[in-house]
Amino acid sequence: MQNIPPASARRPGFQLRRVVNFFYHRPRGLLALLLLAPLLWFGVVYLGSLGALLIQSFFHLDDFTGQVVREFTLQTYGELLSRSNGDIILRTVGMAASVTIAAAILAFPLAYYMARHAPPRLKAALSLAILLPLWSNYLVRVYSWKLILAQEGVLSWFIRLFHLEGLLNLLLSLPSIGGTSLSVSAFGPFLAFLYLWLPYMILPMQAALERVPLSLTEASADLGGRNWATFRWVILPLGFPGVVAGSIFTFSLTLGDFIVPSILGNSSLFIGQVAYIQQGTAGNIPIAAAFTVVPMIIMTFYLIGAKRLGAFDAL
Amino acid sequence: MPSKSAPLSLKIAVGGGLLFLYFPFTVILLYAFTTEDSAFTFPPPGLTLKWFSVALQRQDLWQALTLSLQVATVATGLALIMGTLAAIAVYRTPFFGREAISFLLLLPIALPGIVTGIALRSAINLTGIPFSFWTVVVGHATFCIVVVYNNVVARLRRTAKSQIEASMDLGADPLQTFRYIVLPNLATALLAGGMLAFALSFDEVIVTTFTAGQQSTLPIWILSQLTRPRQRPVTNVAAVFVIVITFLPILLAHRLSQDREST
Amino acid sequence: MTEKLPAVEFVHVTRQFEAMRAVDDLSFTVDQGEFFSLLGPSGSGKTTCLRLIAGFDQPNSGSIRLLGQEAASLPPYERNVNTVFQDYALFPHMTVGENVGYSLMLKKTPKQERQKRVEEMLELVQLGGMMQRKPSQLSGGQRQRVALARALINEPQVLLLDEPLGALDLKLRQQMQMELKAIQKRVEITFIFVTHDQEEALTLSDRLAVFNRGKIEQIGVPAEVYERPATAFVADFVGVSNVVDGTLAQALIGSDRSFAIRPEKIHMTDLETPVPPDACSAVGQIQEVLYLGISTRYRVALQGGYLTVVEQNTTSAIPRSGKVQLIWQREHICPLS
Repeated sequence: MQNIPPASARRPGFQLRRVVNFFYHRPRGLLALLLLAPLLWFGVVYLGSLGALLIQSFFHLDDFTGQVVREFTLQTYGELLSRSNGDIILRTVGMAASVTIAAAILAFPLAYYMARHAPPRLKAALSLAILLPLWSNYLVRVYSWKLILAQEGVLSWFIRLFHLEGLLNLLLSLPSIGGTSLSVSAFGPFLAFLYLWLPYMILPMQAALERVPLSLTEASADLGGRNWATFRWVILPLGFPGVVAGSIFTFSLTLGDFIVPSILGNSSLFIGQVAYIQQGTAGNIPIAAAFTVVPMIIMTFYLIGAKRLGAFDAL
Repeated sequence: MPSKSAPLSLKIAVGGGLLFLYFPFTVILLYAFTTEDSAFTFPPPGLTLKWFSVALQRQDLWQALTLSLQVATVATGLALIMGTLAAIAVYRTPFFGREAISFLLLLPIALPGIVTGIALRSAINLTGIPFSFWTVVVGHATFCIVVVYNNVVARLRRTAKSQIEASMDLGADPLQTFRYIVLPNLATALLAGGMLAFALSFDEVIVTTFTAGQQSTLPIWILSQLTRPRQRPVTNVAAVFVIVITFLPILLAHRLSQDREST
Repeated sequence: MTEKLPAVEFVHVTRQFEAMRAVDDLSFTVDQGEFFSLLGPSGSGKTTCLRLIAGFDQPNSGSIRLLGQEAASLPPYERNVNTVFQDYALFPHMTVGENVGYSLMLKKTPKQERQKRVEEMLELVQLGGMMQRKPSQLSGGQRQRVALARALINEPQVLLLDEPLGALDLKLRQQMQMELKAIQKRVEITFIFVTHDQEEALTLSDRLAVFNRGKIEQIGVPAEVYERPATAFVADFVGVSNVVDGTLAQALIGSDRSFAIRPEKIHMTDLETPVPPDACSAVGQIQEVLYLGISTRYRVALQGGYLTVVEQNTTSAIPRSGKVQLIWQREHICPLS
């Protein structure tokens, strides 16, 4: 292209410039244009679906015809609060709480080490090592616990190796959480949940601990017995928002999960499973919807509480 | 700054934590080579490579893998477009709905997967749209958008505003500025976000169980193998595939964001 | 030749940000080929003015004309005005050559010509042979030159410089000042230079405008602004000055109208020295002595106030204390408005 192109050939570019200028002077118009597609998607498709689900929880299933009756009623919520459903909710919340506590205890050394002791390169490597399982396949990770906890599996082998059968049997004989083997007791889903969500606890905890000024703990950089008081009164309260931030994930994810308890554990049901079964084979969308409202309500209160405790700064 | 070296007890606890995180992966890897095909005896009675060739010949496994790759590719593409549009809009102009938009995009991964799943399924049922490849893609893209969005917003925040002004000052209209200045700056952020979105989609099972009809993505295939096993070691081999396929893009994405920060 | 149009003309321009008027009903003109400085403290509106000329911002009211053409609402990419940014704003993903040639690339200038002009431009700013470097491989001073070359290659009607020397150390800064001036002479482009450094503004400018709270306090050639400050703000901001009012003014000039007088215009003598005719004098007591090397600064107490006096250290006899006589010429008194 050595010659200047004739005016006609430059026309389309010129038109484009006019469009560009139009939006340059109308930033709100450009904003609307940019947001149109994402907002249609999220505002209409996604929020619409959530809203429809919520509305359906106020319908009910006619036991006689097996059809959903589209009239406003609180009957479904009444069913939700029945004795057996109440047990399911309590069991799920109990599992979520114990997983959260265990995760906090297990996460602390790693988070503390990363925040306080690890040199930069090691720290980067460690945070990648913690992120990697988080991003890798959820199902495969659940499955690995089926392998580990199997009757003849790795864990039993270790238990026999160290002659811990007595302890195992004691655990398995506990009422309501025991079972015939680890994989079909409440320990199965517990261990799997703990494993699945542990990284979510470590990372915010580390972030919170990093914000504790070093001068505050200078004298007690080690966690030796004498420094227990520093830990109890300085590090723990200051690192607490991180624990709360991490617990949002461990708690919420356990509440809504339906795959882990259907692969591992005894046959007692969890919220997610019931919702899954009810919307699927039973076709009872209203009660399934009502069941999904439970974790949403619990999480709403949980989030409000977490915000009060300053957990969002640690995210 | 890290000061004194850690006490031994802390180091042991850290080692224990890492062991807990990685031991299950090694178990899966080990069982992909076991000679036994019905139980999970430990230690395995013998090792073999046979299951890899068996897995290679299983058509259902290959179909599931292909579908997963297709879904992840299309969902990532959609997420890249939507996430970038939203990020640029939010970054460009301060307006009242900014926080709300970030929150809205975060919702699909903040809410339990089952909520999103059931909500989408009942909405699809209500509208009478048949379940298909596209319903799976829409479900995946919904929670992939936020990953791209977060990456792009973070990068835009680090790009000096004066560079955009300098470009316009030198005669580039906003479109040209986007092409020559903004896009090259975003390239690695888009790549990183895209890879994470890909990994997320490739691994997703909960929402997929609700938005898929007859389609069986690789995680759905694994799930069905877990409940109705045909050849257990083949499942183990598939699990190893999945681990490798997701580890690679994540490591790459990590690399990309690290490189950027160090310059 | 007909009368030259002004390069930039502001007519009653106002720019309001929420509660603050960054630019308050400003009118001024900058002539073609001038080196014009906008001088003022931070937040005085000088940078906003620059952004209005560049087109990054639009005025709420008033008219901005570039070579007589209304430009207030033109986007930056449709004005023939280029800017050297405070942080240089070089594009990190492009080489020095690509940075400098960016505007030519946009104009679809043929590659060979582009190459030639980029080389010429880099030569002008003494960066010949640096074409293939990335901005991250350059020193602060070199980045500065690349930014200048990139803005000049387009031969803009006006070149805007937003505190371009602010990030450089003193030595480099002084060297760049000389170079800037030399380059401006060569390319004969109107330079509008924003700075808060009064010395820099006095050294470089053909004319300067002193900004304060969105308004211009005074426009003029450097000597005029320095010697005859129009307001107390200018007298105080540009150089060091005695701003005198009230009782002291009454005592010195027989009127309580405020006026300014530069410290170096006041001579300090012993009480015996006769006062020349037409000169004014006063007697005071030395309060403080500040030795500055090249000169000494005194604070002298008079009836009703103090005066600052600067004496060149031409003799070794520096009075340290005691009563002194101050003498100055009547013409050095600048009445303030």
